[in-house]
Amino acid sequence: MSAVPEHLHYTSEHEWVAIDGDVATIGITQYAADALGDVVFVALPNVGDALAHGSIVGEVESTKSVGEIFAPVAGEVLEANAGVVDAPDTVNSDPYGAGWLMKVRFSETPDFLDAAAYRALIGV
Amino acid sequence: MNTQTPLYAVHERAGASFTDFAGYDMPLRYSSDLAEHHAVRERAGMFDLSHMAEIAITGPEAAAFLDFALSNRLSALSVGQAKYSLLLSDQGGVLDDLIVYRLEDSDFLVVANAANRHVAFEALVKRSAGFAVEVADTSDEWALIAVQGPKARAIVDASGTLCESPLDELGYYRIAVGTFHSETLYIARTGYTGEDGYELFVPQALAPALWDDLEAAGAEHGMVLCGLACRDTLRLEAGMPLYGHELDRDHTPAQAGLGRVVDSSKEDFVGKDAGAHPEEGVPVLVGLQAEGKRAPRAGYAVVTPEGEHIGTVTSGALSPTLGYPIAMAYVDPAHAAPGTEIAVDVRGSLLRVTVSALPFYSRKKVTP
Repeated sequence: MSAVPEHLHYTSEHEWVAIDGDVATIGITQYAADALGDVVFVALPNVGDALAHGSIVGEVESTKSVGEIFAPVAGEVLEANAGVVDAPDTVNSDPYGAGWLMKVRFSETPDFLDAAAYRALIGV
Repeated sequence: MNTQTPLYAVHERAGASFTDFAGYDMPLRYSSDLAEHHAVRERAGMFDLSHMAEIAITGPEAAAFLDFALSNRLSALSVGQAKYSLLLSDQGGVLDDLIVYRLEDSDFLVVANAANRHVAFEALVKRSAGFAVEVADTSDEWALIAVQGPKARAIVDASGTLCESPLDELGYYRIAVGTFHSETLYIARTGYTGEDGYELFVPQALAPALWDDLEAAGAEHGMVLCGLACRDTLRLEAGMPLYGHELDRDHTPAQAGLGRVVDSSKEDFVGKDAGAHPEEGVPVLVGLQAEGKRAPRAGYAVVTPEGEHIGTVTSGALSPTLGYPIAMAYVDPAHAAPGTEIAVDVRGSLLRVTVSALPFYSRKKVTP
């Protein structure tokens, strides 16, 4: 059973977004991590990169397949999580915590899915 | 609606994630692909392979028929012996790759890929014209359970199966008759993981009981349940081709490095015209290895360091055992020598790769 924490925002690309002021913390959902299998490689953008909403900004690769990370907001990368680059399996073991991917400063946010809508999307 | 194997409910209870494979709902993984992969290399893993197709060939001319219908000389098998074989098209392309077991003088079991069940069966029936043989698709009678890994023998030995001969006398690529719950089963020392291990053909109704029995016997040896995800990385490390990736109708055995599986000294067989050596200039299958963690994947372009297109990746993954990316690919023979430095276009960036001999991984010793 995939956890879908109530307090987060979601995208149809199976990413989660936590909003704190004008900073978005971004990761992939447990559903996405489970579907990928063991994550063995994570590629993230550089600090300072300007992201266009919806553009491919990184990759999460498992033994089995590759998942692309789409920027869920437009903005500037403030931080990329070096912890998941060093230990990619953190994305599987703690997708909503230590497995976060990046923090982005944004000027506006698109419409996100709430937890209920995301649960409906993945059928749980 | 997909087909379910007789073990579907058992897998569901064990918490498997399922995937569609050749129209079957098959376990993709139970826990972690990597944990399952390592368990097979270090201890043991158990797989449900009941989607595989079984075709029974019986009759006085069974051996002669198989010599004509398949690529190598199956009449040379002694009773109880197994051989890897190919079903070729008239043009010499590969319709399926198979394991053939000789159960009796005039009784063979052919195991085909699930996706090719009907292609293989129909081709064999067609080719049987004029031979005193019966070709029967017995896939719906058998379940197939594989126990693979260095602890496999101890586990099968401790299960409730009884083999006609002591298991430690069953050589590699041999099959023996056994019994389980008073019914006949076959125990074969074959597999698709690069490890020692066994494949057990059991009547479908007894499959859940055998699975439970083996699982109990495997507990003290650290055996884990394994899905198709790790089966794929295991066979890739072992350099074994997967039909639909390394093998298809458009490539000859010689291109796939399987010339040894074609016995051109046979007088007549389907696909003989293809020959044992690749034609001049056609792509050949090679191994590739790289540094880092990014893996070439099936379908990615193989290029020269200057970016000239020279081939296509057929399978690839970050090798769980070796820790670096490995792949197989069809490439221009001018770039196929081991040690050649080429590259793969990994989603827009060039990954430097080195042509490498297959297999990538060999177990340390084959116990007799």
